[in-house]
Amino acid sequence: MTLDWPILLPFIFAGLMGLAILIYVILDGFDLGIGILFAFAGDEEQDTMIAAIGPFWDANETWLVLAVGLLLVAFPLAHGVILTALYLPVFVLLFGLILRGVAFDFRAKVPAHRKQRWNRIFFAGSLIASLAQGYMLGVYVLGLATGLPAMVFGALVALCLAAAYAAMGSAWLIYKTEGELQQKAVLWLRSALVFTALGMAAVSIATPLASPRIFDRWFVLPDMIYLAPLPILSAVLFAWLWWQTFHLPKANDRHSLLPFLTLAAIFALGFTGLAWSFYPFVVPDRLTIWQAASAPESLAIILAGTLFVLPVIIGYSFYAYSVFGGKASDLRYD
Amino acid sequence: MEADPLILSRVQFAANISFHILFPAITIALGWMLLFFKLRYNSTSDPAWMRAYFTWVKVFALSFALGVVSGVTMSFQFGTNWPGYMEHVGNIAGPLLAYEVLTAFFLEAVFLGIMLFGFRRVSNKVHTAATFLVAFGTTMSAFWILALNSWMQTPAGFEMRDGVAHATDWWAVIFNPSFPYRLVHMLLASGLTVSFFIAGLSALRFLVGDRSESMWKALRTGVFAAAILIPIQIFAGDQHGLNTLEHQPQKIAAMEANWETQANMPLILFAWPDEAARENRFEISIPNAGSLILTHHSAGVVPGLNDFVGNHPPVAPLFFSFRIMVGAGILMLVISWSAAYFLWQRQTLPRLLAYLLVPMTLSGWVATLAGWYTTEIGRQPWLVTGVMKTHEALGPVAGGHVAMTLAGYLILYAVLIVAYLATLVHLALKAAKDGDESPLPSVLGRPLSQPLQHEGKI
Ligand code: HDD
Ligand code: HEM
Ligand code: HEM
Repeated sequence: MTLDWPILLPFIFAGLMGLAILIYVILDGFDLGIGILFAFAGDEEQDTMIAAIGPFWDANETWLVLAVGLLLVAFPLAHGVILTALYLPVFVLLFGLILRGVAFDFRAKVPAHRKQRWNRIFFAGSLIASLAQGYMLGVYVLGLATGLPAMVFGALVALCLAAAYAAMGSAWLIYKTEGELQQKAVLWLRSALVFTALGMAAVSIATPLASPRIFDRWFVLPDMIYLAPLPILSAVLFAWLWWQTFHLPKANDRHSLLPFLTLAAIFALGFTGLAWSFYPFVVPDRLTIWQAASAPESLAIILAGTLFVLPVIIGYSFYAYSVFGGKASDLRYD
Repeated sequence: MEADPLILSRVQFAANISFHILFPAITIALGWMLLFFKLRYNSTSDPAWMRAYFTWVKVFALSFALGVVSGVTMSFQFGTNWPGYMEHVGNIAGPLLAYEVLTAFFLEAVFLGIMLFGFRRVSNKVHTAATFLVAFGTTMSAFWILALNSWMQTPAGFEMRDGVAHATDWWAVIFNPSFPYRLVHMLLASGLTVSFFIAGLSALRFLVGDRSESMWKALRTGVFAAAILIPIQIFAGDQHGLNTLEHQPQKIAAMEANWETQANMPLILFAWPDEAARENRFEISIPNAGSLILTHHSAGVVPGLNDFVGNHPPVAPLFFSFRIMVGAGILMLVISWSAAYFLWQRQTLPRLLAYLLVPMTLSGWVATLAGWYTTEIGRQPWLVTGVMKTHEALGPVAGGHVAMTLAGYLILYAVLIVAYLATLVHLALKAAKDGDESPLPSVLGRPLSQPLQHEGKI
């Protein structure tokens, strides 16, 4: 048997990149979401919310660096095309990420009367970054289209992704907090879910309509039957989670992680759907993963490192999460 | 008038990386410094060491955050402004960048949480180990990124096929001729930056009347580390220059504003290089000294810019930035040795020296930036020496868009630097006010022989 590495390697890297993006969206999703929810919380609640993400946000963001890094190193051609086409939204994203990343640290170190200012910056940065990501997703789904309809669609996806992140943030707070804040988080989750569901539905409907190629990938037999579980399962999970919000938090705080896991599963399903739509393109309808890939020797040497290091990273990430497991408590250096 | 995207992209890249490097210059060595504080605490059980740790770990956290967010910006810039770069040399740059993310960034980022907030949650051993892993991670990332940067200066271990670089020997790619020198020089630069940060901010505490144990400990650590590192740095810099003379002679010629190939080259202390007339004005120089330094022989022949007409970097920026770096190095030597002398022999610091140390806080930043400008401008017009020119990497983005984003970044960076420095001063003054008195919840009241066993955990 012969393995055709030049065919296989780009495929593996597309998978790895997808995985990195998915992990990023789930992990940074919850801390961006908490930044968005900052606008609705009181002073002490904000401290608890920060404590719920403080030890993690940096590692979460590193998944973005990995995702962009994999795009950069494995699909250099696509990296150039996508990022130059999205030049301004990328700037807005980075601007937002810079603001929130530093506000996080400044708010705890500046004199007390300045804290409120950095809280606002943290909220604004998180919101800006989420909106920019959503907008980029929208435009990407339409094949990096320009023009008013694409912008409107991008804006719609932007709002929905921000809502989805807020939902993730609320779910994380349900897990990490107790008492009044936890109850608030349940209400936040309920409202955010509505928008998230609308957003996912909008993307699911718009994508096949916008691209005949994607339409053909979904609406032919027998593929349709294999794919049916994706939307059905997502809908069921949404409904279940919605119903749950009327019963949370449970006695003894049972299953407090469940809402978060459910949302993560929904994200994963949606993501699989998107991946199916675009495969084998990395720039929709323009560049396939094979056309955009780097030389096989270079991919091989990255793959060797990745296979060795990734499990280690995942292992010690779990360790770090377990060290800061349980309800968030006062976050301090000493 | 249409704005020139090439110039604007260059300015934007330079602005971003200049902002970025300020923070790695701190985090790389501060990680090791914190490990030093921690190990001293472990072996002496003296809470003043732990207090110094807690003061400086806050600076670390803040610098790290700024380093991360500006670094994320950098990694997008390759695609947004320089897509040609990865198209031509992506097969080399890609794996190096990938290894940086995989072996360094995750290590730092994951253990950072434990290092910063885990003191009361994990055992003392694990906390020390986390501090080590973070320091190790930042150093690893410097290793990989400098390997790439050095490869761009002195490429090796590859061949060109259809205009695209393919690696033939990874060992030669990584350990390309200028890499060992640059790595050593940069790590030392980071060490010096941090030493003067610690010494300078501790001197500020000293001046406002703080005489606490933790102030003395930090001050002495900063001053002695600086005094030890600076002669090594000067030696390493000299070796680096010799290596550059071998591999990039046009860069040295521009640094020294040496217009004609000559024996007995003078060492120019000051001049105003005039590129149009190809000569120096207002020159003050020491005869033969240039040849002596560069060839270790007063009659040695040094190649001049006349050998590289049309293919050498701009002269004035290199000439001045190199002198700023060396000048900063000499100031560092004088001040750190004087301060070390007093701290060692008299156990105190004259107020005058303390006043001098405060502005020296930023001397490491100045020298590091000047050094990088020398290195990077000295590579122009090449992006990868002999392989591709800078303009070949430029993407199709409109000049107006680049101008807009550039303005945005510049404003943001200016605000952040001011906020950063103000916060450092605030933290130092706060530490000075707290002195040794404020409660240190998890350190005080523990048996001296047993540093920190957290309840319930080993
Ligand atoms: C000599 C050191 C050095 C140099 C020249 C650079 N960096 Fe850097 N970088 C670091 C040393 C460093 C570091 C010490 O490892 C940082 C600083 C703070 C931190 O979190 O890690 C870092 C952070 C950092 C991050 C965030 C990592 C994270 O999420 O944890 C990214 C994406 C980059 N860098 C990318 C770059 C790029 C694309 C560069 C050049 C074009 C670059 N860096 C130059
Ligand atoms: C961290 C310290 C660094 C500093 C302060 C720095 C500074 C600069 C400056 C000032 C320029 C502009 C030169 C000119 O156009 O005249 C430049 C160019 C460039 N540097 Fe660096 N650099 C650093 C590290 C790096 C590294 C690590 C890389 C890549 C891995 C890199 C890649 C580039 C590229 C692609 C350019 C070309 C774009 C341009 O000319 O602006 N630099 N750098
Ligand atoms: C005083 C004696 C020094 C000498 C002779 C010296 C020499 C040099 C030379 C020749 C270069 C350019 C190398 C090249 O591009 O090929 C360089 C770059 C650099 N220098 Fe220095 N240097 C000195 C002091 C310092 C000090 C005190 C610092 C910082 C604290 C510093 C930081 C840097 C940095 C960051 C670079 C750019 C990175 C690199 O290429 O290594 N240098 N130095």
